[in-house]
Amino acid sequence: MTTTTPTLTGPAEIRPVRAAGRWRQPALGLLGCLIAVAVVEALPRLGVVDSRFLPPFSTMARSLGGQLTEGDFWTGLGQTLAGWAAGLAIAMVAGIVVGVVIGSVPLLRAVTASTIEFLRPIPSVALIPLVVLIYGSRPQSALILVVYAAFWQVLVQVLYGVADVDPVVRDTARSYRFSRWAIIRSVVWPTAMPYVVTGFRLAASVALILEVTAELIIGVPGLGKSIGVAQSSGAVPETYALVLVVGLLGVLINVCTRAVERRVLRWHTSVRGEA
Amino acid sequence: MKISEFPRRILIALGLPVVLIALWWFASAGSTSFFWPPLSTIVQAFPETWTADPLLHDVLPSVARLLGGYLIALLVGVAAGTAIGRSRTLRALCEPVLEFFRAVPPPVLVPVIALFAGYTGSTSKVLTIALGCLWPILLNTVEGVRSLDEVLLDTARSYRLGRVATLWHVVLRGSSPRIAAGARQSLSIGVILMVISELFGANRGLGASIVQFQRSFAIPQMWTGIILLGLLGVVLSALFRLVENRSLAWYRGQRDAERER
Amino acid sequence: MSDTIALDVAGLAKTYRSPGRDVEAVRDLTFQIRRGELVCIVGPSGAGKTTLLRCIAGLLDLSGGQIRLDGTAVTEPPAGMAVVFQEYGRSLFPWLTVRGNVELPLKEKGLAKAARAAKVAEALDAVGLPDSADAHPWQLSGGMQQRVAIARAIAYEPSVLLMDEPFAAVDAQTRADLEDLVRTLWKRLGVTVLFVTHDIDESVYLGQRVLVLSNRPTVVLEDVPVDLPDDRDQLTTRSSPQFTKIRTHVYELVQSAKRGERPEPS
Repeated sequence: MTTTTPTLTGPAEIRPVRAAGRWRQPALGLLGCLIAVAVVEALPRLGVVDSRFLPPFSTMARSLGGQLTEGDFWTGLGQTLAGWAAGLAIAMVAGIVVGVVIGSVPLLRAVTASTIEFLRPIPSVALIPLVVLIYGSRPQSALILVVYAAFWQVLVQVLYGVADVDPVVRDTARSYRFSRWAIIRSVVWPTAMPYVVTGFRLAASVALILEVTAELIIGVPGLGKSIGVAQSSGAVPETYALVLVVGLLGVLINVCTRAVERRVLRWHTSVRGEA
Repeated sequence: MKISEFPRRILIALGLPVVLIALWWFASAGSTSFFWPPLSTIVQAFPETWTADPLLHDVLPSVARLLGGYLIALLVGVAAGTAIGRSRTLRALCEPVLEFFRAVPPPVLVPVIALFAGYTGSTSKVLTIALGCLWPILLNTVEGVRSLDEVLLDTARSYRLGRVATLWHVVLRGSSPRIAAGARQSLSIGVILMVISELFGANRGLGASIVQFQRSFAIPQMWTGIILLGLLGVVLSALFRLVENRSLAWYRGQRDAERER
Repeated sequence: MSDTIALDVAGLAKTYRSPGRDVEAVRDLTFQIRRGELVCIVGPSGAGKTTLLRCIAGLLDLSGGQIRLDGTAVTEPPAGMAVVFQEYGRSLFPWLTVRGNVELPLKEKGLAKAARAAKVAEALDAVGLPDSADAHPWQLSGGMQQRVAIARAIAYEPSVLLMDEPFAAVDAQTRADLEDLVRTLWKRLGVTVLFVTHDIDESVYLGQRVLVLSNRPTVVLEDVPVDLPDDRDQLTTRSSPQFTKIRTHVYELVQSAKRGERPEPS
């Protein structure tokens, strides 16, 4: 039996191994989901809730199954995803470029700080009437709302990231007469990277919210519009089925962006740890 | 040195906003475009549009509904989040379901709630705001409570702090940075929902008024509404920051101290 | 009264149980500490020192045996005990000031405001921090933070003070100062101290007795009396031949513990 690696500070001692938690955690999570499904199934069946308002889960699932075979559903899903992705991409590029430029020039940063602090909390929904006037229910309306909302998330994170650059490292690079571009590429960008990814994660979920909002409120084509149509035409199971889809879409986006973030952060800490 | 520092900072803080507003003013001065009326026209329309009556019967109720729903979400979210965060089993059980509710774009709540209540009156709107704001607060509270330092909890136990004292002085204070992060996310969701909840059916309220102006092509009035809504967002966020700066001063200080080491 | 037993540990055993894998951390520990004694516990890394201390503090359930403090079995954190943890930065509440940290347990005890203020001032004075009451812990250096933790412990007026490698994370100079502080406070307040450390010199310098632990699963390897004069200082004590002799003995014991030597089961 080999002894564990000796540590100077004590409490690297045996803590109870939570090996059993390996399967416990996902199993419990699955159980939680099943309970939620069972409750939604039981409430209307037992008459606690009127099934005109809340149909049993099985009815929702059947409706969802029916929609999966229809072209309209897939078109709507595609439109929503396309709007989300385009808006997110534009916001990312704009946020990173503007953030790095403003963040790298102290004077610019000082001068713009108050303006950014002022513009950021302006709710993107305030722009709804304006985009409706200009673009009506065309996809551009949704795009502007999505870009506006997501842009600030990215910009603020990039600014944090650029501010986090170690001044000693920056001075070192400067004393070796690195060009401005080289400093950005080899000093600023690696430091800001984790922040950029965090901004990406936040922006991705905000972008979905605004995309669906625009579809629902303005009537831009997509799943959100379908929800509105289903609800106002009294197609209750369809409404819930679509809400379910939009929610799962959100979960999927969160899971993916979090995985990306973890990957980048792990890479980042391991690189920094070696330095 | 100190005396010349102050005007300099004012200049830096106000310089760009003043320039931007001036630009808007002059660029739009001779504007005949229907959508972009001169800023001077908008400014003139402001006091005419937002007199005591709409302030009292549109803006105030909107803000009251927002704050009401937000406070409900805060209370329920922190209470439920603490309970869930303290129990490993409960956490594992609830987390996927909670993740789903958080991922549903909150405006989708409006048609769902409309199914039940027909979406008239304040209750359904407050409910929408509360339900939308709940999840970020709840999940962040769970995370904050979960990641509490075990040494702190041991310390509390070994000094025999009671349940209430532990909850108040240790658990809630310790997770307050995370709770604040969730509350900040929720505040902007709340403003979005405040507006959107007024767009369904015939309503009064700040959001309803703006859309009403837009539909009747009262463009300068619509612009005043957009500006008022923007100002509301800015004021709410400033108030939030004020509270946060006071109650989380220790957190900033600790973080900065750690960074220096 | 000085010969009565303050802390009585009898047959203490602790096994961490999880489905599929049990880890026996402490097998059979028996020792007693008399009222007013200062006893050090040393052992190789991973000897279950922290487990032992958490059991005594009532923070962990036992798998066997019994711990009695002033004659009462310990089943939860007892009223007459205060713990100073190694991780000073994590055991002080960062949202409270130094005063708030020292005061909170007293508030829980139900002391009146005036009494609390007096005790806080006294304790901070005793650890040499009379002027830092309004600072936050993170504004202080590591050594000062640990002084605050000690102040909190003595203000609580425990009958037994547990210290879990309290100086493992401070620099050498500060460490020497803090060791002397512990000796001073112990003599002045007459409190019973159980001091866990991995530092052999520290254990001999501080203690009246040194309990050397075996490696896992833990038992007591030897109870070494430290017959050094009561007045100790960093320079003369540490260079005295007697100190060197005890230190060498404890060192050899710890080495043999590392090799896995254990006392014969009786």
